[in-house]
Amino acid sequence: MIQPQPYEVQVLETPFHSRTAELCKTNEWSTWSGYTTPDVYTNMELEYFAARNTATLFDISPMTKYAITGPDAGRYLDRLLTRDMAKVNPGRVAYGLWCNDAGMVIDDGTVFCLGENDYRLCSQERHLPWLLDSAIGYEVAIEDITAGIAAVSLQGPTSCAVLKAMGFVGIEELKPYAHAEFQLGGHPLMISRTGFTGDLGYELWIEPAGAGELWDRLMEGGRLHGIRPLGSKALDMTRIEAGFIQAGVEFFPGDLSTRPDRLRSPFEIGMGWLVDFEKGHFIGRRALLREKQTGSRHALVGLDIAGNKPAHHSFIFQGRNKEVGIVTSALWSPTCKRNIALASLRTPYDKAHGLWADVYVHREQKWERIKAPCRVVDKQFFNPPRRWATPAGDR
Amino acid sequence: MKTYDAIVIGAGHNGLTTAAYLARAGLDVVVVERQPYIGGATASRELYPGFTYSNCSYVCSLMRPEIMRDLELPRHGLQVIPYDGGVTMTRDGGYIAGYRNHDQNRREIARHSVRDAEAYDYFGAEVMRYCRFIKTMLLTTPPDPASFKPRDLFGLLDVARRFHRLGEEWMYDTIRFWTMSCADFLDQFFESDLVKGHKAGSSIIGTALGPYSPGSAYVLLHHYMGEVDGSIGSWGFPRGGMGAIPGALAKSFQAHGGEIRTGSTVEQIIVKGGRAVGVALTGGVEVMGKTVVSNLDAKRTFIESMAASDLPAEFVHRVKNFKIRGSSGKVNIALDGLPDFPAIPAGCPGRAGDMHVSDSMEYLERGYDDWKAGMWSRQPYLDITLPSMTDPTMVPPGKHFMSVFVQYVPPHLADGEWDDAKRAAFGKTVIDKIAEFSPNFKDLILHAEIRTPWDLENEVGLTEGNIFQGELTMDQLMFNRPVPGYAQYRSPVPGLYMCGSSTHPGGGVMGAPGANAAREILRDMRIKT
Ligand SMILES: Cc1cc2nc3c(=O)[nH]c(=O)nc-3n(C[C@H](O)[C@H](O)[C@H](O)COP(=O)(O)OP(=O)(O)OC[C@H]3O[C@@H](n4cnc5c(N)ncnc54)[C@H](O)[C@@H]3O)c2cc1C
Repeated sequence: MIQPQPYEVQVLETPFHSRTAELCKTNEWSTWSGYTTPDVYTNMELEYFAARNTATLFDISPMTKYAITGPDAGRYLDRLLTRDMAKVNPGRVAYGLWCNDAGMVIDDGTVFCLGENDYRLCSQERHLPWLLDSAIGYEVAIEDITAGIAAVSLQGPTSCAVLKAMGFVGIEELKPYAHAEFQLGGHPLMISRTGFTGDLGYELWIEPAGAGELWDRLMEGGRLHGIRPLGSKALDMTRIEAGFIQAGVEFFPGDLSTRPDRLRSPFEIGMGWLVDFEKGHFIGRRALLREKQTGSRHALVGLDIAGNKPAHHSFIFQGRNKEVGIVTSALWSPTCKRNIALASLRTPYDKAHGLWADVYVHREQKWERIKAPCRVVDKQFFNPPRRWATPAGDR
Repeated sequence: MKTYDAIVIGAGHNGLTTAAYLARAGLDVVVVERQPYIGGATASRELYPGFTYSNCSYVCSLMRPEIMRDLELPRHGLQVIPYDGGVTMTRDGGYIAGYRNHDQNRREIARHSVRDAEAYDYFGAEVMRYCRFIKTMLLTTPPDPASFKPRDLFGLLDVARRFHRLGEEWMYDTIRFWTMSCADFLDQFFESDLVKGHKAGSSIIGTALGPYSPGSAYVLLHHYMGEVDGSIGSWGFPRGGMGAIPGALAKSFQAHGGEIRTGSTVEQIIVKGGRAVGVALTGGVEVMGKTVVSNLDAKRTFIESMAASDLPAEFVHRVKNFKIRGSSGKVNIALDGLPDFPAIPAGCPGRAGDMHVSDSMEYLERGYDDWKAGMWSRQPYLDITLPSMTDPTMVPPGKHFMSVFVQYVPPHLADGEWDDAKRAAFGKTVIDKIAEFSPNFKDLILHAEIRTPWDLENEVGLTEGNIFQGELTMDQLMFNRPVPGYAQYRSPVPGLYMCGSSTHPGGGVMGAPGANAAREILRDMRIKT
């Protein structure tokens, strides 16, 4: 694809732009990795509910994508990521994260195993220098292919019904974190059962020339299944309910930091389950082993907070006045009917001695301070069985 | 014979709410329900293959989030989805739509009146003030003004304190508001008759009052005080039909050991030694319990299901005079496709919300005139919704379910009682009216369920078909609901309680009467929660 000169276009359009621009009635857009994408199409709440009730389309084309190939690709990824990649076979997708030598998280992302020694890594931020530097000594090619792939995320309880209506026979048998190849309008189309909403859902990957047709076919297939486009604000609501972390929010990317004390290890953001000490060497292993023995400095927890005012950026206190951490993401969850938050607490914190959030609400020229008691709970606030069921259901 | 800790009569959403709270507190509770299905006025049934109906109530906003949270209803499958749009179509082919976006809504009203477009914000702020005042009272037991118990005195003091905080001017306005007519209230803000007609519908739903009758302004508020996730006044559809509400309540109840017996009609509440000790079912079976809680309306509970000799005469007299006039009907329709409404432009979300055809205040008042004369409104107020547009899972793909709420429909007709022919004629009035606005509508009808007040009384058990188990007028609200001196969920008979919509804060799918009743029962049992 030929990209315009930087002076010609300040912010790029994704391959779905003609479609998303027509549907975006609010004119509220944000820049994501240099591309413009809608914050809200018509109404944030209704878009959120479509994601939880029917099906939604979200343009994920700006996501950073790297092709990782070559005879050492598998070995290389095993070195890069903290989890064991040996079990990730062709047709599978793995969620993982990678660290610097100090065991501090650089980013998280998904790795698609497309074939033997043929992988694709998708992440929020750009990391090519880090990836190339850690590939020294490995026979592997790493290429940024972001602009060459259009992708859209189809999420929600009727998402499988939408794909069936489009004629993708057998799609209901696709397991969570698996992908399969299809054709659409003469273009190869990859469908993976992945997503960022914590519900049943799929991501569809196609060359940019096929993007318009893919979008139209999805909207047509979803007509009777309540499909509507999803803006990034509603998406953020769903990802908090699902308890998913986000780069720049729950952790700061380790390769870009200027304040090393602010970084977080996988254990400190609730991702210890992604660290496999058994598999042999990986970047950050020694530091993480040490941390495992001596203890972590922080913990990322789910909070259930009293009241219904989201505790955005609140300090968390323990007992009378001891500050123990901050809220990273907060939401009144319309589905759980709970006031939820992800919070980073300094360890050890004492569960027994009441935690409370300092919530500020501005009402008609007055700041009101609410000392809202909170409880530590599982951070997967929303995790319906239909997300994991195979064959996938229609509703 | 087994003796339960508590027997709840009726599996309406309030009965189930009470039962679920009691079971959670560790009590052994049984719910006995007359119908083979649960839910009462919140039931969903499949009357046509593949279609989930919302047979009575059809939209939700009043259901208190505190209750959903306490009883973990989301985990048991309940989700309320707010809807977009809403529209009133006019006789001359025009329309006024409602939008969630503030400025979009202002521009829409401005098509009819530029002044009203901006007055809408004033109207909204005024309604908010009253809602804020009343909202905190919903989940509290009304304090008794004639009592000297510290609890009542503190309760009254609290109300008084909050009332004073409104400031002098709003204190006067609030008192006026409680007795005002909807028309007078709307006249303070709006000039366009269409805008007023569009807003006034909420003041007559379920009410034997016209928009010009004093007291109807409060009914408007009753429909605004709900919320879906903090959006005050917004309404939504429960995913899977209204029956998802009793469904989730039942699961929550059963998860704590609760038992539900459907197909069990209570004939009589058994009183022994001045105490309620159980219920006698049709067929002779008796169920014994230390406590009996009635989800039925006040008349069904005290007049139909009890011996008058078990109750004080003055109390019986007051219950007899409890106003419970029916005024509503319902038509539920399975449709083969989406009906066209040519007045609503393509792209306008009107059809996804509540649709109306009452385009002036006069239209509504004339409808009320028919009711007074013992006829159903020849030009009825219709609240038409297509929940399947928001929740396609309640119908086969491409099909639709239409719920039509109808006002005014009398419980007794001037030309003799209801019968099948009159019911059919009533249904025809409604269907013809809709067809005036939708040319392809009649061709799409697969099945229709027509419910008059007579049917609501016989099938749902609502006396006279009154949807709120008693009118929502000032003389029957708060400490006067259902009757003075008995507004705290207790009856004159020890061991017998009330938990239905006949009690504070009244009708609608809100669960508040049920939750409040449970709290009082547990208080009497000295069980801390
Ligand atoms: C047509 C209609 C439309 C409505 N629309 C809405 C709406 O859209 N939104 C809203 O918020 N509210 C609406 N309402 C009002 C709301 O539905 C009711 O106020 C509320 O559901 C009443 O609940 P309840 O639990 O108090 O009583 P009920 O639902 O009346 O429950 C009483 C239960 O007792 C059972 N019962 C009766 N007699 C006996 C007996 N002898 N033995 C055993 N069981 C018995 C009944 O079968 C029933 O299940 C509507 C009501 C009607 C009728």
